[in-house]
Amino acid sequence: MTRWLALHGLALTRSVQRLAHTPLGTVLSVLVVAIALVLPALGYVLADSVARLAQGLSGRPEISLFMAVGADKAQVAAVEKALRAEDAVAGLRFVAREDALKQLASGAGLGELAQTLGENPLPDAFIVTPRSDAPAEFERLSSAFRNLPGVAHVQLDTAWVQRLAAVVSLVHTAVGALAGLLGAALVIVTFNTIRLQILTQRHEIGVSLLLGATQQWVRRPFLWFGALQGALGGLTAWGLLLGILALMRGPATQLAESYGIPLELSGPDLLGVLALIGFAALLGWLGAALSVRRHLHAAGERGDG
Amino acid sequence: MIQFDKVSKRYPGGYEALVNVTLRIERGELVVLRGHSGAGKSTLLKLLPVLERPTSGRVLISDQDVSRLPQSAIPYLRRSLGLVTQDSRLLYDRNVYDNVILPLILADMPARDAKARVRAALERVGLAEHERSMPISLSGGEQQRVAIARAIVNRPSILIADEPTANLDAAYAQDIANLFRDYNEAGVTMIIATHDERLFADRAPRRIELSKGRLVTE
Repeated sequence: MTRWLALHGLALTRSVQRLAHTPLGTVLSVLVVAIALVLPALGYVLADSVARLAQGLSGRPEISLFMAVGADKAQVAAVEKALRAEDAVAGLRFVAREDALKQLASGAGLGELAQTLGENPLPDAFIVTPRSDAPAEFERLSSAFRNLPGVAHVQLDTAWVQRLAAVVSLVHTAVGALAGLLGAALVIVTFNTIRLQILTQRHEIGVSLLLGATQQWVRRPFLWFGALQGALGGLTAWGLLLGILALMRGPATQLAESYGIPLELSGPDLLGVLALIGFAALLGWLGAALSVRRHLHAAGERGDG
Repeated sequence: MIQFDKVSKRYPGGYEALVNVTLRIERGELVVLRGHSGAGKSTLLKLLPVLERPTSGRVLISDQDVSRLPQSAIPYLRRSLGLVTQDSRLLYDRNVYDNVILPLILADMPARDAKARVRAALERVGLAEHERSMPISLSGGEQQRVAIARAIVNRPSILIADEPTANLDAAYAQDIANLFRDYNEAGVTMIIATHDERLFADRAPRRIELSKGRLVTE
């Protein structure tokens, strides 16, 4: 175990030396990796913020049933009885037309408007909370409620939130696909970097193998190099992400506030940062492993390169 | 100790480098391999560290058939051999000390022991004062001596040299030949492919001649 750690320590040292040996090339490669990572990371953060916003706004989805303005108490009671008998209904709240008018009057700037009304134009209403959030179940219940006698209008109060959630889900999928593509790009970048390294170190590899280096001994520094380059790219991507979010925060908050929406843009938490760096390191290692596997033989795997 | 048993080697394309070579070399022998270019000398030497594998036949070192060694075992075999090639194959971005210590790092030798070994090897080839020099600052003969120090630092029992003096002038070549002679006198088995066997005339080495891949005289 100690020997294994010592060998990895030696390989890590050699990788750091290689990174430091070509600072410009290292910076450029790390930036390419960082840019490849920051796009999906930014997309994920934005989609996540909107998703949290949608969650906060929606609460439980509800259906509002508005009775006809002229509906009598018997009709209201019949509808209430029918709703309570429905197994799919988890909660039911009745809003009498008088209470609705009071609520309207207490609304900002609407008090005077309510006072000018000659008679209450608002209907009695039921707010129904279904047991299931499934859109199909919402549609079924809405259709059923529309046919109840005395019901004038049925409204899915959370339809727009559901649409927003669908959009967020779509964005998440798109971000996932983008992350996959750019992750592949990261693997390719590392693959090519390692290929060039193997070519430039062909003589050293050949001599080492001639003198009794194992294949693992030759491969190990390249694998560490790929992982280190990926990790540095991940770290840089995090920094870029924080910078971009700092630039976006002001205008985004302003835009959201103009719609009365409390939007908060925040970067990934510690676990997210570690996942970003770890994921980048893993992809770097993968690119290096594929490149070493492909090119080392040509560079003198037999020791005579 | 070393045995080539009906060894043939055919390269892709059909070129026959060795044809049915049978040969035995005893421990501590000094063997000079002769032959024109393309006679098969280099191929024969490459079979020992498994840089090539024979198409047929067996290559035995201490009764072990190295031609059938799995890939993973080859590095350990190579560490037990000393290899010197026509071009010194030094790492020119590392100094003399770092070049010579490389086989010991590969063999995972403790740093203190390795340091002592490197110093002893450099002392032996007369380059103790050049351990911090870069190879490019040394003459061709000195570079070849660094390569020899690197080959012997692991204290191999077999030293294989393929045209080690080909690129050197007469004085440097004799210097290298004298070094090989000294190692052989210390008990190291030596197999040297060379065009210039006069370099070893005073040691009366065993001479083996190859022609078109066949053993012709011994």
